Amino acid sequence: MLSKRIIACLDVRNGQVVKGINFEGLRSAGDPAELARRYNREGIDELVILDITATIEERRALADTIRAVARELFIPLAVGGGIRTEGDAAAAVEAGADKVSLNTAALLEPALITTLARRYGSQAVLVAIDAKRAGPDTGSETFSVYARSGQRSAGRDAVEWAREAEDRGAGEILLTSIDRDGTKIGFDCPMTAAVSQALSIPVIASGGAGSLADFVDVFTTGRADAALAASIFHYAETSVRSLKQHLQHRGIPVRL
Amino acid sequence: MIALIDYKAGNLTSVRKAFAAIGAELYDPVSPGDLERATAIVVPGVGHFGATAALDRGWAAAIRERVALGRPLLGICLGLQWLFAGSEEAPDCPGLGLLTGTCYRLKGSAQGARDAIKIPHVGWNNLAIAHDAAIVAGVSTGSQVYFTHSFVAPVTVDTVAVTEHGEPFAAIVQRDRVAGVQFHPEKSGEVGLQILRNFAHAT
Repeated sequence: MLSKRIIACLDVRNGQVVKGINFEGLRSAGDPAELARRYNREGIDELVILDITATIEERRALADTIRAVARELFIPLAVGGGIRTEGDAAAAVEAGADKVSLNTAALLEPALITTLARRYGSQAVLVAIDAKRAGPDTGSETFSVYARSGQRSAGRDAVEWAREAEDRGAGEILLTSIDRDGTKIGFDCPMTAAVSQALSIPVIASGGAGSLADFVDVFTTGRADAALAASIFHYAETSVRSLKQHLQHRGIPVRL
Repeated sequence: MIALIDYKAGNLTSVRKAFAAIGAELYDPVSPGDLERATAIVVPGVGHFGATAALDRGWAAAIRERVALGRPLLGICLGLQWLFAGSEEAPDCPGLGLLTGTCYRLKGSAQGARDAIKIPHVGWNNLAIAHDAAIVAGVSTGSQVYFTHSFVAPVTVDTVAVTEHGEPFAAIVQRDRVAGVQFHPEKSGEVGLQILRNFAHAT
């Protein structure tokens, strides 16, 4: 039976892992390669490196960071942040990324999804969608897409944009709740379920992981195929292994 | 030296890195004639079966000739599927035909269903070892490996390990010196490296 994946995200700025709340207020959480090594020992299923300031400061994802992480790890590695052209994607892939994550660039130029899927295969193209509830966090069930690290409305509905990304050749969707990012109050399960049910490609839920129960929820009511977290792992509040043991006890298939 | 055939179906950085990690030396054959010095051959690949058309008659003949001389051959992902007669994904494109059967698409389940079986099959899944073979030395039933694919090869007498995703399919195959893995050993942690070691030790 296919396991539900636990993915650790390394938000990297200037070669250091950082993490903020609601996309702001960053604090340092250490060296990317060292954290990657620790997660790998604990049984993480996959890693995502996001160069979080790359789009704003118009920098490319740091190839050195990718190389340092990819050198010794034999699990899937996705890289995002500042990938705007086929050349940016090629640089990340050559440095050792198995998947590239497109966000703002895919919104500006959706054809880039298809170009990269043709060149590297759909399995190598992850479309990251940052979304928030259109109304207050009660009752409203529409979700709006934001670009530029959550700073600008893209004027798109998350479910509709995810469907288009799949049609254009995306292999997976990384869906982040801006409302929940870094808050540790739980994933946005209704949003995750809405997108996951509408697609045949896997959906990775992100934003809000705070407790073991949050992961159980996102894999059951949220219908997520994978869950991504950062802070909860960085500060060693929860080890990957104890999380997976908890999920297994609750009948959720994991790799242990 | 092991020949890694790059026919432009996906990026091979991770495959090269994994072979380097187990201490195996690779080279890039640029033409079928370059296979003469191969101690073993790896056919990798991701994507559409049609991409294997780049492995034309010249390549296929050279690979068959090496295999006939006892050189081990390993197909990875699309490379495994190519070992068979062909695939429903590209009916006009013949496979190498060293293994019996035709590859087909996983059925999956209706979209939106609870516990939906999504296609493509992406992620870590279990191996159930069907019978002993050199390629799975030191690998036990229940070990998990990383898959990303929609098409599969049928379960036959050559199937060494089976995986289930709505239906059983061949995760590992071996017939004499010809082996294949549907998953990505270069992305499957220690289990994947062990399988690559088993292949490299056969050379």
